[in-house]
Amino acid sequence: MPLLDEVLALADDHLILGHRISEWCGHAPMLEEDLALPNMGLDLIGTARTLYSYAAEIEGKGRTEDDLAFLRVEREYRNLLLVERPNGDFAQTMLRQLYFAAFMEPFWRAALQSSDRVIAGVAGKAAKEMAYHVRHAGEWVIRLGDGTQTSAARMQAAVQELHRFTGELFDGAGPEGILPDRAAIRPEWDRVIAMVFATALLQVPGVPFPQTGGRQGLHGECLGHLLAEMQYLQRAYPGAEW
Amino acid sequence: MSEATPLWEVFIRPRNGLAHKHVGSLHAADEVLAMHAARDVYTRRGEGTSIWVVPSAAITASDPERAAENFDPAGDKIYRHPTFYDIPDDVGHM
Repeated sequence: MPLLDEVLALADDHLILGHRISEWCGHAPMLEEDLALPNMGLDLIGTARTLYSYAAEIEGKGRTEDDLAFLRVEREYRNLLLVERPNGDFAQTMLRQLYFAAFMEPFWRAALQSSDRVIAGVAGKAAKEMAYHVRHAGEWVIRLGDGTQTSAARMQAAVQELHRFTGELFDGAGPEGILPDRAAIRPEWDRVIAMVFATALLQVPGVPFPQTGGRQGLHGECLGHLLAEMQYLQRAYPGAEW
Repeated sequence: MSEATPLWEVFIRPRNGLAHKHVGSLHAADEVLAMHAARDVYTRRGEGTSIWVVPSAAITASDPERAAENFDPAGDKIYRHPTFYDIPDDVGHM
């Protein structure tokens, strides 16, 4: 895909997952996680902002980061299906975070070599943030997977629910030398997930029906509801500012 | 909740060369999650370069009821403060 589409897809991944995580604010199971989750959400939204601004600059039609975030409709969003999945329980949220971050960390590390100044700049900051997300989400997946009977059952249910969305992580490639080849990240992702799952006593399930389509704008019903909440202010009061 | 997630005390060192300082406490299931929580709760505004977490149960604290016998005897021994020395001018600020 051309650079604009790739940057926009990456920005969408980060904004939608960041918004999902923000939905936990005030609802986390304990105060400590109630701060940890928004911290992670803000990491993602920060990256999204830089990427949207860059996409707007590449596009050169005078749109801003806010236009791209708040004034595009569902079918124009190019995020992975994985990141729009509802939060579910804490197990699902942590597993989704692990799946995403275990991909993005090596992706951004590879992108440090990018010939594109902005991409390399984002990568420098985001690689560190994603390393922490992998560690934090990974530790929770381990503790819930190898925890009580209830937590283990919920964690395995989360794997059953979300694993079919992970194949889409590895589809597509940006312009060579600017963005890493996504398929090349697979071995590292497999290694990290296998390591966490082995400690968490979780089984990697077979995926008879992998789910894809986000990159083509074909989303699940849940994205519309998310966008309705996220965009309503700009839709109801166009041009409203802080 | 508190049985599964005991209390931990958090110490942060703001800069190299300074000592770790107590900043607060938190609940966590084990030392790894306590460290994560300390990072997430107490270093969000760039407060630190190093974190210690210590199980609160591992701390032996002085008994407030013994404050008088512990601390009052030091109150009238002003000669223990090094304020009775003349500093030679050449030393400058100490």
